[in-house]
Amino acid sequence: MARGQGAALDRKKLMADPIMVTTIVVLITFLTLFILYPLAILLVDSFVGDGSFGFSIFKRIFAMKSFTRAITNTLKVGFVVGILSALIGLLFAYVEVYVRMNKFVGGLFKVVSMLPVVSPPFVLSLSMIMLFGRAGIITRFLLHIYDNNVYGYWGIVIVQTLTFFPVCYMMLKGLLKNIDPSLEEAARDMGAGRWKVFADVTLPLMLPGLGNAFLVTFIESIADFANPMLIGGSYDTLATTIYLQITGAYDKAGAAAMAVVLLCITLAMFAVQKYYLEAKTAATLTGKASRGRMLIEDRSVKIPLTIFCGLAAAFVILMYICVPIGALFPTWGRHFFPLTTKWFTQVFTRYKGLKAFKDSFVLSFISAPITALLSMIISYLVVKRKFKAKGFIEAVSMLAMAVPGTVLGVGYIRGFSGGVFHTGFLQGIYGTGLILVIVFVVRSLPTGTRSGISALRQIDKSIEESAYDMGADSFKVFMTVTLPLIKDSFLSGLVTAFVRSITAISAIILLVTPSYLLITVQINEFAEKGSYSLACAFATILIIITYSAVLLMNLFIKHFGTSKSMKED
Amino acid sequence: MAKVKKGVRLEHISKIYQDPKTGKEFYAVKDTSLTIEPGSFVTLLGPSGCGKTTTLRMIAGFESPDEGEIYLGDEPINELTPNKRDTAMVFQSYALLPHYNVFDNVAYGLKLRKVPKDEIKERVMKILDLVELTGMEGRMTNQLSGGQQQRVALARALVIEPSVLLFDEPLSNLDAKLRVTMRTEIRRIQQEVGITAIYVTHDQSEAMALSDNIIIMSKGVVAQMGTPQEIYYHPVNEFVADFIGEANFLKGPMTGRDGKFVTLNIEGNPLRLEGRDDMEKGKEYTVVLRPEAATLADAGGLPCKVVLSCFMGSYQNYHVKVGDTLVKLEEHNPKNKHIYQVGDACCLVFDPASVHVL
Repeated sequence: MARGQGAALDRKKLMADPIMVTTIVVLITFLTLFILYPLAILLVDSFVGDGSFGFSIFKRIFAMKSFTRAITNTLKVGFVVGILSALIGLLFAYVEVYVRMNKFVGGLFKVVSMLPVVSPPFVLSLSMIMLFGRAGIITRFLLHIYDNNVYGYWGIVIVQTLTFFPVCYMMLKGLLKNIDPSLEEAARDMGAGRWKVFADVTLPLMLPGLGNAFLVTFIESIADFANPMLIGGSYDTLATTIYLQITGAYDKAGAAAMAVVLLCITLAMFAVQKYYLEAKTAATLTGKASRGRMLIEDRSVKIPLTIFCGLAAAFVILMYICVPIGALFPTWGRHFFPLTTKWFTQVFTRYKGLKAFKDSFVLSFISAPITALLSMIISYLVVKRKFKAKGFIEAVSMLAMAVPGTVLGVGYIRGFSGGVFHTGFLQGIYGTGLILVIVFVVRSLPTGTRSGISALRQIDKSIEESAYDMGADSFKVFMTVTLPLIKDSFLSGLVTAFVRSITAISAIILLVTPSYLLITVQINEFAEKGSYSLACAFATILIIITYSAVLLMNLFIKHFGTSKSMKED
Repeated sequence: MAKVKKGVRLEHISKIYQDPKTGKEFYAVKDTSLTIEPGSFVTLLGPSGCGKTTTLRMIAGFESPDEGEIYLGDEPINELTPNKRDTAMVFQSYALLPHYNVFDNVAYGLKLRKVPKDEIKERVMKILDLVELTGMEGRMTNQLSGGQQQRVALARALVIEPSVLLFDEPLSNLDAKLRVTMRTEIRRIQQEVGITAIYVTHDQSEAMALSDNIIIMSKGVVAQMGTPQEIYYHPVNEFVADFIGEANFLKGPMTGRDGKFVTLNIEGNPLRLEGRDDMEKGKEYTVVLRPEAATLADAGGLPCKVVLSCFMGSYQNYHVKVGDTLVKLEEHNPKNKHIYQVGDACCLVFDPASVHVL
């Protein structure tokens, strides 16, 4: 059998569409240059960085005690954080889906799931230090403990768990909702008690999903830079070790090799998560709930669970609230009254706050629409079109999800500071705002693409085919049909990209030059110096910006978004 | 319509797919040649997986044939993308643009063709009148019933005045009664406009009611092409006979010839019927007997035994056994006839001219 003619015709038809071909070529160039190449150069540098090809650099870094300790530290933290987050997430999800909660606790849950989205990554470290540190309100003023040490292993574990468990909670909530209540009712009907049903039916169905949540958190924890930086103290993880190797020891080849090691770890985890667990989750939980679930009303179950989760949620919220309040105290740890706005004033008068906010805002504002549009185009191509390079585009944009920011940052330094392959080509973009925008785009692309893909999968293929059949070319189809139909996903992608960019730090901190002041970098700097009030003031304004962006989006979607009835159609 | 009507010609078309599970390649459509006359209504009929939709999608341009060439009129169109082909398709799921109202849905193709605004309005209103949707132009598509959505889809395809109209099982999402109404509508509109139409369905009554010609497909190849009557009365093989209407098959060797007539031995009984010239003595033949073409009597014909007798209103349904062969019968207007009961021994009687030898 020869499928040659069909393939040749498909190719010809594709070539007859110049906009489409250009888009694909531009996309492939972008992905290759800004995702694949920086990673490739890390590999090249770590094998031939000192002139000769070989493992000499790897031998050198593995001989460093600090590096091997960083590996064990990172894995230890990641493992514990993964397990804790998945378990707490499951508890929250279970309570929300199965137990009749009162409205107030339900509201707390919503806030908890929302907070990590809008806040910069290290806010919890900041409040942890302010609440439980040496001068912490709780440790020092309520409990009179003067030498509490929050820095180190437990500090990171607690802060990361509190930061990441809401992600698990949202993931597992979606899965629990997909369990058909009849399955559990059947087990109840056959005489199983509630605990037995959970252990024999619900939990086994959730196991792949739990594993998935665990690994996702594990990867996040390993890639996290900001929290270990602030609260790790002398407990270094891979991300911070790499950062110090570059900024402290100026050992770029060593940092490149370390980045390769970190990348290998996350890639391996990502591969397991993506190709094994995700498929398994989908296989066990494909069913849609056929009807509503009888919520648990039993007081002996309801009250303890509600109280426990309510308290936990309240604690998380308290941690976040601590930041704006901290910015209002005259001197943290000594004087609490009268509340003052002097830190906010100082942010703008003494510490170039306006420039920092302007720079962060403008760069994120530029990169957000680019990211949103790019991710929608990628999802459109991946879901709706057939062409040869499609697998490449999909794989590389997913790969970006597994690359820790620190690794990408080192890759960009190695890849562009001397131009592409150290030839001087494109050297001009290094140190400019452009490279920061590109990093923002690359860092937010996977999330946008993922949501775009799932939105597009829900749209009947024949709707686009009909437009094509009526005489529209690919560009017209995309603009008049696809994009309007995934407007909600596009808008939320826009805001997510904006929020992620303006709160990003891990890759950016390696690439930013003194001509740009970025808020997150400022917060990090002030927190490192111990000026917590200033850091809090910066962070508060940042949270206000991101939260307003999210509010604005929700308002916009409510009024201009695709109507519900249309989607059901 | 001012346009010259165009036919469609398929020359040795094949399409190869890969089974996603086993990775094995197979022919979805194999070496198919067809000629569809300008202005005619042709149905591609067959069970699911027979290649009918693939054929239609190749004509529309969504799939590219692996072998052969497709012509629209005299122009080869293999290399044209769907938006450059002078065809318009009505989809099974209607595929209306959910963010547009009725008017904008119908006007979409005209806007793409940069037709002036006034003309768009005029043409859209005219078409909406034709499909009896006047007054609905401001509605969103989700405010319409299934039948109305189908009319919008039809109007949208008609308004761009394509050379060929393609239908991909357009009525399968409607309820049974509406299906019947809509198929009459489709036929009326097609004849009024005089457009060439190719219609894919697995519903034989739809195919019968609509078509000038029916193409029956099976396993990627054309089993038979002909008018509904030809296909019903002269099926070329058991598959076609069984697929179109109900069919009983009586098998037996030929024992003698007498001019136009031949005699077959069916379960030990001689059966005289009109034969073909190429039939040979001693060879096994199959006779197709339609359920409405035979009746039961006390004597004459083939002796049989009743195994099911069931009143269906407009007819009495019988299953009888002729030897080991089960035959299904429909005795119409049973009110004043003798009703045979299960276990009765009787005779199967039919006109030799109303059966067909395969």
